[in-house]
Amino acid sequence: MLKKNKKHMETGTKVHVSWQRKLFNVFNIVFLTAISALCLLPLIHVLALSFSSPFAASSGQVGLFPVDFTLEAYKYVVRNADFWRAFGVTLLRLAIAVPLTLIIIFITAYPLSKNEQKFKGRKFYTVFFMIPMLFGGGLVPEYMTYMKYGLIGNIWALILPGLVPISSVILLMNFMRDLPAELEEAASIDGAGPVKRLFYVILPLTVPAIATVALFAIVGHWNSWFDGILYMNHPDQYPLQSYLQTSILTYDSRTLTQKDVALMQTVSDQTSRAAQIFVATVPVLIVYPFFQKHFTKGLVMGSVKG
Amino acid sequence: MKKQKKSRKAVSFPAIKTQMAYHALMLPSCILLILFSYIPMFGIVMAFQNFTPAKGIFGSEWVGMNNFIRLFTMDNIQQVLFNTLYIAISKIVLDIVVPVTFALMLNEVKNRFFVRSVQTITYLPYFLSWVIMAGVFVEILSPSGGLVNNILGFFGIDPIFFLGDKKWFPNVMIITDTWKNFGFSAIVYLAALTSVDQSLYEAARVDGANYMQQMFHITLPGIKGIVILMTVLSIGGILDAGFDQIFNMYNPIVYETGDVLDTFVYRLGIKDMAFSLSTAVSLVKSIVSLILIVISYKLAEKFAGYKIF
Repeated sequence: MLKKNKKHMETGTKVHVSWQRKLFNVFNIVFLTAISALCLLPLIHVLALSFSSPFAASSGQVGLFPVDFTLEAYKYVVRNADFWRAFGVTLLRLAIAVPLTLIIIFITAYPLSKNEQKFKGRKFYTVFFMIPMLFGGGLVPEYMTYMKYGLIGNIWALILPGLVPISSVILLMNFMRDLPAELEEAASIDGAGPVKRLFYVILPLTVPAIATVALFAIVGHWNSWFDGILYMNHPDQYPLQSYLQTSILTYDSRTLTQKDVALMQTVSDQTSRAAQIFVATVPVLIVYPFFQKHFTKGLVMGSVKG
Repeated sequence: MKKQKKSRKAVSFPAIKTQMAYHALMLPSCILLILFSYIPMFGIVMAFQNFTPAKGIFGSEWVGMNNFIRLFTMDNIQQVLFNTLYIAISKIVLDIVVPVTFALMLNEVKNRFFVRSVQTITYLPYFLSWVIMAGVFVEILSPSGGLVNNILGFFGIDPIFFLGDKKWFPNVMIITDTWKNFGFSAIVYLAALTSVDQSLYEAARVDGANYMQQMFHITLPGIKGIVILMTVLSIGGILDAGFDQIFNMYNPIVYETGDVLDTFVYRLGIKDMAFSLSTAVSLVKSIVSLILIVISYKLAEKFAGYKIF
């Protein structure tokens, strides 16, 4: 091996690629493509199911392409009032929770990004924020407390408890720490107070990190289902994922036997489930590339640098 | 401290104003944390009571450690604990090995477009909820007509009831979790790999090091720190086997191998209304996690210079 490489050196600066290396590159590309396919195929399969006829779906003919193409499943979803009511609850929840969460994260991360000299009492706050990260009351005490607050059956039960995502605060705090201090000092000399500096100097610079925590907030609220089931009294108040949990999963996660499964396969709601799954996924697919540009940068800068 | 303040008195007025502004900015999140994190913690006293909602925390009778004694003598608690540890530890290990390997392989590809496409696709599943993914997996793992069993059938293998088989269930949880998360977990490793000093590789090539030697002497040492850090930080999750995932896919047939602490707490507390017992389980879990997290963060600080705040 070493001899060969010496030869390469003698031939000049251009590095020759050995045949083993070429073979590895081909294998590597093939393998990575296969891995990517493995991530997408289950989703594509469900998409194909949603466009297939119930018979084709239940008889297992559907692979990655629809069989007996039909829009019946989507027509069912469009007509399904429960689905859209739940969709509306989720949108309302997002509309209230995401802006509030972002404001809270932003204004909380800023003082914490200052060091002990610049912000007296920072140490107290870090301990105060650490404890909820490490320790919680648990399911029943939380439920009892929220019940005392009168939040059960109220959409605010899905919003208020999650307004301070501490890991996102830390992410933004780390991001702010890495900003050049001179900018703020310059603004300070010009007479800008901390609040003014925060919104005019810091805000434009933290866009990648804010985009990252916004993506987490949006996806988090879009995806959360357990709080809806726990804190809402009635299925009418369920957000979309809680509704889907009860409508598309409950049949098999509670009383499942091999026979039931066989029976379920002959009932034609298999394709409508697939369609609901897909419709519920679309918003994430739309939001995702929009944030992705900032996302890797925000995440890496905010989390890795300690 | 006092001396310092006095000597700075000339500039102290705007400084105080700034301090007040900082405290004011902290206020909303502190109030929210008190209301929604700290106050519920007091509910933990339920674990030492025979709590009934009608009597409330102040009226329920105190039973000392009875709930804990009952808890540790329950006949399925050992099994639940074993399931939790088996699933959680396997997930922790795979969620390091798979993303690191994946990142190393992806790092060898020079075509930026290919790299970005692969990344975008592989971390998409991370953003889909377990409700959705459970729907997808129930579908493709179905013993009658599911995609996976169809493919197995093609090779002459009898259908496997993945989600209804005691042996398969925990492993399916581990594999599907890794499937969902590896792309996302790989982000930090890829970032670490791209920040390895490229001139080291050039120097190594000039010295005649082959690819494997470069891998073992430059690449791996370059990401060692972050791998250790991520490993240490994941130790705190050793009792978190993944409630969202398991709750959405399990069923009474696989309770024996699939029931974990969090699902157990849920069934005790919400379905069986054993409030005190459920809270006792939560408390034990919280304390064990707390100890592990504190230890792991101390280790992270010591070995990787990592500080959360």
